[in-house]
Amino acid sequence: MMTLAKKLLSAASGQPKLKAGDIIICDVDLAMIHDSGGPRRVKPILERLNRKVWDKNKIVVVTDHYVPAESDETRAIQALTKKWVKDQSIENFYDEQGICHVVLPERGHLTPGIFCVGGDSHSPTGGAFGAYMFGIGATEMAGVLATGSIWIQTPETILMSWENQLPEYVTAKDMMLAMCGKIGMGGGRYQAIQYAGETVRSLPMQERMTLSNMAAELGAQVGLIAPDETTIAYVEAAGGQVPKNWRDFQIETAEETSNIMYFDAANLSPQIAAPHSPANADDASEFRNIGFDVAYIGACTGAKYIDLVAAAEVLRGRHIADGITLKVAPASLRDQNRATDDGIMQVLQDAGAEFLSNSCGICAGYGEDRLGENQVCISSTARNFKGRMGAQTSAVYLASPYTVAASAVTGTLTDPRLLMGE
Amino acid sequence: MPRLWRLEGTIDTDVLAPGYYMKSPLPELAKHCLEAVRSDFSHSVDQGDVILANANMGVGSSREQAAEVLKYLGIAAVIAPSFAGIFYRNAINLGLPVFTIDEALMDMPTLVDGAKVRFDFDTAELRILDDATSISLIPFPDFLKELILDGGLVPHLEKRFQTEGSSI
Repeated sequence: MMTLAKKLLSAASGQPKLKAGDIIICDVDLAMIHDSGGPRRVKPILERLNRKVWDKNKIVVVTDHYVPAESDETRAIQALTKKWVKDQSIENFYDEQGICHVVLPERGHLTPGIFCVGGDSHSPTGGAFGAYMFGIGATEMAGVLATGSIWIQTPETILMSWENQLPEYVTAKDMMLAMCGKIGMGGGRYQAIQYAGETVRSLPMQERMTLSNMAAELGAQVGLIAPDETTIAYVEAAGGQVPKNWRDFQIETAEETSNIMYFDAANLSPQIAAPHSPANADDASEFRNIGFDVAYIGACTGAKYIDLVAAAEVLRGRHIADGITLKVAPASLRDQNRATDDGIMQVLQDAGAEFLSNSCGICAGYGEDRLGENQVCISSTARNFKGRMGAQTSAVYLASPYTVAASAVTGTLTDPRLLMGE
Repeated sequence: MPRLWRLEGTIDTDVLAPGYYMKSPLPELAKHCLEAVRSDFSHSVDQGDVILANANMGVGSSREQAAEVLKYLGIAAVIAPSFAGIFYRNAINLGLPVFTIDEALMDMPTLVDGAKVRFDFDTAELRILDDATSISLIPFPDFLKELILDGGLVPHLEKRFQTEGSSI
C-alpha cells in the first residue's frame, strides 16, 4: 500500500506507481493567493507571458495581510488586488473575511484527495483535510496560474504517531511545540510529515489545522492527516464537495513507512517556546517569573473559534493583570461572529481584551500594533523569529491559547493548570 | 579549466546572498557570495565550475537570489547530499542545476577542493580530470532539463507559449 502522500500525488500526476525522489508533474485543483504575495507579484509575470489565469474557478484570492490598509502604499495594494480579481473574472474572492488558511476550509474549498498550492508558507494547513497542499513563491505561483500544473519531487513520509488522549488544558499547539522541540525546524527535511494515531483522530478539525499549519515550522513540505468521519462532517457542513472515493485516502500507516516517531499525549504538559525559535520549546512550568508586555491571541494557528473558546474558558470571571495588554485578532469574521453569538467575545472583552481585525496582523509584523522596542510578548501564533512581530529588540514566547490567557491573568508566563487548579 | 569548489560546513542562504547586500543589484550581490566562508570565491570562480557542498545545502530563507547568484557566476552544477527544500525548488526554477550525491561518495579522495573537473549536464556525469575518474549522478527528467536549459521557469514558459501561439 502507498503512503497517503504518494496516493495523493499519484492521483494528481496520473502515475500509478511512485517512489520517493521521483520528479513528476501534477495538475493543480486549487491555487490560493493573498494580497501580499499574490496579484501584485504574479501580475507582471503573467503579463510578460501574455497569459490570463488557466482556470478562474480553481483560484481563490484572499485579502488578509494588509488588512486594514492603513497607508497609501497598502491601500494601493488592495486596489490592485481588487482590480486584478475583476480583470481575471475570479469569483472566489474573500475580501477582509479573515486569514486565508482559515477562510479556505470554512468556505468549503478543501476536501480530501485534492492537490493544492498556496502563495504562503503556512499553506500546509490544507493537509488537515487530506489534501496535498504546500506553499510556493511568487514566480512558481505565476507558473501555476499560467499553466495549471507544477513539478514536484515525490517525498518520503515521516509519520508522527500520537497515542492516548491529551490531558485537560493541553492542545494541538502543545503537541506541535513539543514536536518542534524534539526534531527541530529542519527535521522535516522538506518531506511529507503525516500526523497519525488515536490522539490526532480524536482532535476536532480546527485543532488538526494547527498541526498541519505548523508542518512549516518542522521544515516539511506538507503536514498530512488521513481523512475520517470528522473531516467529512466538517467539509459537508462547509458546503464542500466530498469525493465519493474519499476512503481511498484514509491511509495512516503504510508498509513502506520507514520513519515513524512515537509520542505519548498523556504525558504531555503545556509547552512554551522561548525566543527566537519554535524549537526552543519546554514545559510551561519551567518558565518562572518571566514577565511580558503583550499577550496576543491571533493568527491562522492561534485564533480560530476553538482557540477563542479555550481563551474564554480561562478568562471567564477573571481579569488580565495590571500593566499588560491582551490583544485578540479572531482568525476569521465567521469565527468571530460565532464567538459573538456564543458570548465568547463578551467574556474576552470583560476580561480586558482589545480586539484587532480578522487578519494576519501582528503575527506577520504588519500594521500599527506590531511590537515596539524591547517589548516582550506571549503569543498563540506559529513563529517567534527575531523581529518577526515587530522591532528587532522585541521577543516572543509561543504557547497555546490556554497558556496565553492564563499568563495574561497572572502577568507572568504561567502553566494554565496552575491557575485552573488541577 | 573548470574546478571543483568543495565547501565546508553548512551553507545557508545568508552566506550565499548576504542580507546586507540584498538591496543591491545582482552583479554587486555576487561580489559578496560566499565571502563569509570562502573569501577567494567570488573573484576566482569561473564559467563551468562545480560546487560540492555538505548536507542541507541552501538552508534558510526563501530568497531566490541565493540560487540566482550562483547561476550568474557561471556555476555549472551544485552537488550536495541533500538540499533545503525551498532552495532546491528555487534553483531549478531559476535555471541552476542541482544534484544530490550519495553521502558515502563524499569521502572519495579525488573530490578535493580545486580539482579540475568537467560536468556534463545531460548525463549528470562529473568527470574528475586529474585521475580520469567520474561520478554518475541522477539526471533530470527531460521536461526539467528543458526548463533548466531555457534559463528557468519564466523563460521556459515564455518560449512554450510563443511556440504554442505560432502553431495556432
